[in-house]
Amino acid sequence: MLGRAANGVYWMHRYLERAENTARLIDVGFHLALTRGDKQSADEEWKSVLTTTGQVEAYCRTHDDFGGPQVFNYLLRDKDNPGSVLQMVENARTNARVVRTSITNSVWEATNEGWMTLHDLLSRPVRESNLGEVLATVRRQSMLVRGALEGTMLRNEVFNFARIGTFIERADSTARILDVKYYVLLPSVAWVGSSLDNVQWETLLRSVAGNRAFTWLNPGSMDPKEIARFLILDGQFPRSLVFCYEKIRSNMAGLAKEYGHEVSAHELLRDAGARLHQTSIDEIFEGGLHEFLQDFIGKTVEIGNMIAADYRFIE
Amino acid sequence: MTAAGTTNFDEMLNGDGAVRPAYSDFCEWYGSQDKAWLKRQDAEAERFFRRIGITFNVYGDDAAEERLIPFDMIPRIITAREWRKLTRGIEQRVRALNAFLQDLYHRQEIIRSGRLPVHALRDNDAFLSQMIGFTPPGGVYTHIVGIDLVRTGPEEFMVLEDNARTPSGVSYMLENRETMMAMFPELFTKVPVRPVSDYPRRLARSLRACAPPAYRGGKRPVVAVLTPGIYNSAYFEHAYLADQMGAELVEGSDLRVMDGRVAMRTTTGYKAIDVIYRRVDDDYLDPLTFNSSSVLGVAGIMDVYRAGGITIANAPGTGIADDKAIYSYMPEIVEFYTGEKPILNNVPTWRCSEADSLAYVLDNLKDLVVKEVHGSGGYGMLIGPTSSKKELAAFEAKLRAKPDNYIAQPTLSLSTVPIFTNAGLAPRHVDLRPFVLVSPDGIDITPGGLTRVALKKGSLVVNSSQGGGTKDTWVLDE
Repeated sequence: MLGRAANGVYWMHRYLERAENTARLIDVGFHLALTRGDKQSADEEWKSVLTTTGQVEAYCRTHDDFGGPQVFNYLLRDKDNPGSVLQMVENARTNARVVRTSITNSVWEATNEGWMTLHDLLSRPVRESNLGEVLATVRRQSMLVRGALEGTMLRNEVFNFARIGTFIERADSTARILDVKYYVLLPSVAWVGSSLDNVQWETLLRSVAGNRAFTWLNPGSMDPKEIARFLILDGQFPRSLVFCYEKIRSNMAGLAKEYGHEVSAHELLRDAGARLHQTSIDEIFEGGLHEFLQDFIGKTVEIGNMIAADYRFIE
Repeated sequence: MTAAGTTNFDEMLNGDGAVRPAYSDFCEWYGSQDKAWLKRQDAEAERFFRRIGITFNVYGDDAAEERLIPFDMIPRIITAREWRKLTRGIEQRVRALNAFLQDLYHRQEIIRSGRLPVHALRDNDAFLSQMIGFTPPGGVYTHIVGIDLVRTGPEEFMVLEDNARTPSGVSYMLENRETMMAMFPELFTKVPVRPVSDYPRRLARSLRACAPPAYRGGKRPVVAVLTPGIYNSAYFEHAYLADQMGAELVEGSDLRVMDGRVAMRTTTGYKAIDVIYRRVDDDYLDPLTFNSSSVLGVAGIMDVYRAGGITIANAPGTGIADDKAIYSYMPEIVEFYTGEKPILNNVPTWRCSEADSLAYVLDNLKDLVVKEVHGSGGYGMLIGPTSSKKELAAFEAKLRAKPDNYIAQPTLSLSTVPIFTNAGLAPRHVDLRPFVLVSPDGIDITPGGLTRVALKKGSLVVNSSQGGGTKDTWVLDE
């Protein structure tokens, strides 16, 4: 497989995953803003969404108020926003065109159809009344592509690079969401499990589509340490850091098997994975949750870069 | 010759409005279909094309702007007898083209014999001195050829143009058939249509049969399709063919010369390519030999080529054979190399470089089609009968200033085939581009081709860049 094609498949899936994660954050922001009575706290929620996606600075250069429709239109379709959902879906499709010969017709068509639908939906400003439809479409596209990949692709190098892209992006995303909200999980003297805390924990879980899963595992209880453990160390939850790393490990193992040898990224991943597995939630809190997450995000970037270099993504 | 739209040969209906035999099975089926349902299918076809991503980019448009070549669902039908004759004529012409190229780059017998004036070569950018004295692997110059044909009567097919560089459009031939079969499956049980779907397999086999001396046997020769990238107007086709052939789709940035071979960067290192089906022009192929600013090609590929390290399809320098100035000599060329009279005629052509011809062309400009010798895609041409006085005058000035740059042809009464419109069937002008594969094993012509149709009433311009559409082309079984 060409290095450029591996790069294309990898980024195609990173962009799709990122579009889906952004859509989920918007959904949560919208939900929260609706439940907040006053405009000021609603605006605060929208600002927090921008912070999580790393777009608050760019947004403030061209806007001076955090009104809902303004923020979600910026996140979804603003032409001046290179990180808009529309732009990511376009990037995913452009990459899919580049690797058209490596993916099946089903994967291509799911990507292309999703792009066509969104391109159309996002050609006009989004209103609160159709925001739900737009967000559902973004999620649906991501799921359709994933389903097509799962159901039609050979389990070969192409598939492995696609999955690695998905899970590198997801690991990064979960870690960043946690890092923006980490303080709500910290034990404090004022912490009494008030209803405000409950709302914030609930929000955090919803941001990574983990609210139902958490409740299944912990019926009737909301414990911040347990939430942190769930999002970082739970081996069953498909968006936890451990889960993402385990997937990357297994797809990297697939590449080593197919190519007959390992590359330096395998070693780096093995070390990082081992540290993650051996750690406990108490140790993480002892060393500092924020520090842990910063370290994790840096390591994930490093792994991604090394994979790109080892497999000759670019010249 | 008559002007557009007055009297012309319609391929479906004869002068009395009766259906010709080629279309009888189809028309019987068509007559029994619900027209409202057909309209819905017609709209569905466009959605289908967009979804699978068959689009093209128009030069000069925003790169992100993707357009669709309109597809018309009424097939263009050719009988077995007509096709037999066409096949013989095309084969003869393609044989002559390859012999001509071999001769031009070696002894130039045709010039020595006085059948082709030396000025036709001199000052012609399409003639590449780098190819002189070199014979491509297998002796094949034009691995893939598209011969553009027009029809003016029941037995009259004429060659309008030879495409010996990188003819495009074959993906439309394939997808149009797929679309028709998906939309009207039962139609294919009623009409015996010869399949075209094995074209990519034939292409792969044909390319592999031309492996270079550096290929040492063992595994199959490695074939790659070289594309300028996703913003090229024919990118869809490049990807489609690579996919269907099981070949790698490469860009210039994937390639480099290593150890006397052209190699592509894979995830596990560089891997040598045996045959490269390039869809970039000669000029961009090798920055060390041709256009030094090109990033679309591979630095040093020409040296590897001349040393037998790779096969380039089509060979560099084949453009000299489809040049419009050379075209006018094709009858002589066919006769010179095959010893036979041409089975397919040329369209009569005046070379404006010759004083007598120029005088005639200037006197009759309003009845003629004038083309740039090196132009393509329907750009820079004049269609006399449909041009205003002002346009004629402007063109006349260009013609006088640079007569060598032009050839002229009569305005042909192109045949028509109906298209589907909301108001019913309506005749429109068509041409035909069959696709021909050449390898040491022989010449292989896929039964069918690309029918381009001028969608505007009376229009003679079928180019997709100028609002033309396409049709599925059926060759009936014996």
